[in-house]
Amino acid sequence: MPTRRVFLQNLIRGGILAGLGLLTGSLVFRSRKGGTCRLNISCNACSKNGSCTLVPAFETRQFVWQLDPSKCIQCGRCATECVHTPSAVKCVHVYAMCGYCDLCGGYFKPDTKTLNTGAENQLCPTSAIKRSFIEDPFFEYTIDENLCIGCGKCVKGCGAFGNGSLQLQIRHHICDNCNECAIARKCPAGAFSRVPATSPYLLKGFGKQPLSGDKTGGPESF
Amino acid sequence: MFRKSREFWLLLLLMLLAGSSFAIQRFPRPEFETGYQQPETMLPGPRAEIMAVVDLAVLILALSAVSWMVLKKRSRKGVFWVSMFSLVYFGFYREGCICAVGSVQNVTLALFDPTYPIPLTVLAFFIIPLIFTLFFGRTFCAGVCPFGAMQDLVAFRPKTINSKVDAALGMMPYLYLGLAVLFAATGTDFIICRYDPFVGIFRINAGFSMLLFAAILLLTGIFIARPYCRYLCPYGVLLNWISRFSYRHMTITPAECINCRLCENSCPYGAIKIPNSVKYAETRRQRVRKLMFITLLFPFLMVGGGWAGSRLQETFAGVNRTVKLAKELLVSDQNGQDVESFEIKAFRSSGKPLTEVYQEARIILHRFLIGGWILGAFLGLTTGLMVAGKLLENHQSDYVPDKGACLSCARCTDYCPVMGNTMPTELNHKA
Ligand code: SF4
Ligand code: SF4
Ligand code: SF4
Ligand code: SF4
Ligand code: SF4
Repeated sequence: MPTRRVFLQNLIRGGILAGLGLLTGSLVFRSRKGGTCRLNISCNACSKNGSCTLVPAFETRQFVWQLDPSKCIQCGRCATECVHTPSAVKCVHVYAMCGYCDLCGGYFKPDTKTLNTGAENQLCPTSAIKRSFIEDPFFEYTIDENLCIGCGKCVKGCGAFGNGSLQLQIRHHICDNCNECAIARKCPAGAFSRVPATSPYLLKGFGKQPLSGDKTGGPESF
Repeated sequence: MFRKSREFWLLLLLMLLAGSSFAIQRFPRPEFETGYQQPETMLPGPRAEIMAVVDLAVLILALSAVSWMVLKKRSRKGVFWVSMFSLVYFGFYREGCICAVGSVQNVTLALFDPTYPIPLTVLAFFIIPLIFTLFFGRTFCAGVCPFGAMQDLVAFRPKTINSKVDAALGMMPYLYLGLAVLFAATGTDFIICRYDPFVGIFRINAGFSMLLFAAILLLTGIFIARPYCRYLCPYGVLLNWISRFSYRHMTITPAECINCRLCENSCPYGAIKIPNSVKYAETRRQRVRKLMFITLLFPFLMVGGGWAGSRLQETFAGVNRTVKLAKELLVSDQNGQDVESFEIKAFRSSGKPLTEVYQEARIILHRFLIGGWILGAFLGLTTGLMVAGKLLENHQSDYVPDKGACLSCARCTDYCPVMGNTMPTELNHKA
């Protein structure tokens, strides 16, 4: 009797082990043939020989969350939904796109009469944008990320009246890379997705970006 | 300045005429004369990828250390210190976000959505604790899970819980697991992460609702030891099942139980099975009746549960973003609201055809119908198993840990006076 019991138990143990192995195996060596692309891109490499030649069978890469600024409608939830307060999403200034406008749609409230740096004229609720004169008629705008709460007001203004050089991005040195991003589940535009950690930034007009800069961020590094 | 702003208004007009489109170079890039250097846009990266391998190594080392402490050293102190280390590392340092409990959802999503890439490390965080449990019992709960460690710290006045109440509350993890799998499989939400009461503590700056969850749980935890582990944890369900067949589970006594009853109240989680005297001999008829009742119970519970689950299809699906959007669009198209939600605005600006959303919503709704049946049947099955287990309780003469519920914390080992070859010698004198 006891031996039969032990045998039965070992059988179940073996079964569990095999089940776990099967599960792991099926997830590690997932079919790379046809179907839906694991990268969600259309490179067409798969259509040539029926299986993907770009992605390894198993996923050794790490993934992080990415905000696609071309989908974002600046609803304001980035400021409120992040597990961090202030949010890990910040306004990022893509200088290469900026027109250095005097009347900056991202800096001034639409009804501003006199273009001075008075707080009542500023769109940003936390005065996180610094405006500095460069040469006539150009001004440079810098974001103090320690103040920015990621509300997207400036982004909306710049997108509506300017070049769209102010863009919301997850700042990856602040972000905890939650298993499910708390903003992603509330974003009305579905702007969030998981992407390989090696190219976490996506700038409108420039596409994927290589990493740069030290880990401190903030105004000093600009 | 004036020139510039006039240009601005002209462009604005043009823009309005052309219909708004983003990322157009409305203003040309300036040509600076003063030698101004355009700053670079800083893009600081995430944590180095190699650190994920470090996490994995820490997981395996911590699991090995606790298993050794529980099974070889039989030392509560050792288990405690490993669990404190895990609390600091996985809790406060990693801030709770690489976690075996939540990985259930990643694995489910990966099974149902082939486009979802599951990193090997996440898969490992799901599988490795299960394998350790198959060999050594729930040592993961004892000393690696930061949630458990956190709750252990506040369990000052654990009360014994009535076994019927305990069994009823014990059904909640099955419900939680079932819902988590349903919502993950349909790509709707990760509810384990959403309602995780601990990340609020680990990330001191979390929002109000998260901190509220945490406060409620920790306050409850003073009187009910490890309430999350026992009455909520969805991963605990898997650990519980597998631990029942564990190859080497911890024992209260190092040798033979002498029924001294010293350990009877030592387990804060009520996981010690107390010997039950054979109440009265069952007649054959009674036995047959019981078995018949049980065999009839299962189909009844499973079909009933499945039917009830399928009734909840719309309720469940209502959480899904696509279904929600489709509903909102339907309402707004019928009675043309003035104030449209952000969701509708975003949808309209994306230029996606309406029919596509309705089609997607229909597919998801159908998935929830099937999912509802499976979830209900699953809950029926587990309820049936619970009842059957209560009815067919085996006779047992010793004090033993319930292999499913025992968290291998090794507290009870300190209470047992029996000496065994694994006992440290200095304790011999006390006896
Ligand atoms: S939640 Fe989405 S739409 Fe709203 S501001 Fe953030 S990215 Fe933009
Ligand atoms: S307006 Fe909002 S998003 Fe823009 S800089 Fe200020 S706080 Fe940041
Ligand atoms: S992943 Fe977490 S920390 Fe990062 S942006 Fe989303 S909610 Fe904030
Ligand atoms: S080892 Fe198991 S039975 Fe013993 S006190 Fe801990 S949980 Fe209870
Ligand atoms: S303390 Fe040891 S001997 Fe006494 S009842 Fe418990 S297991 Fe048995």
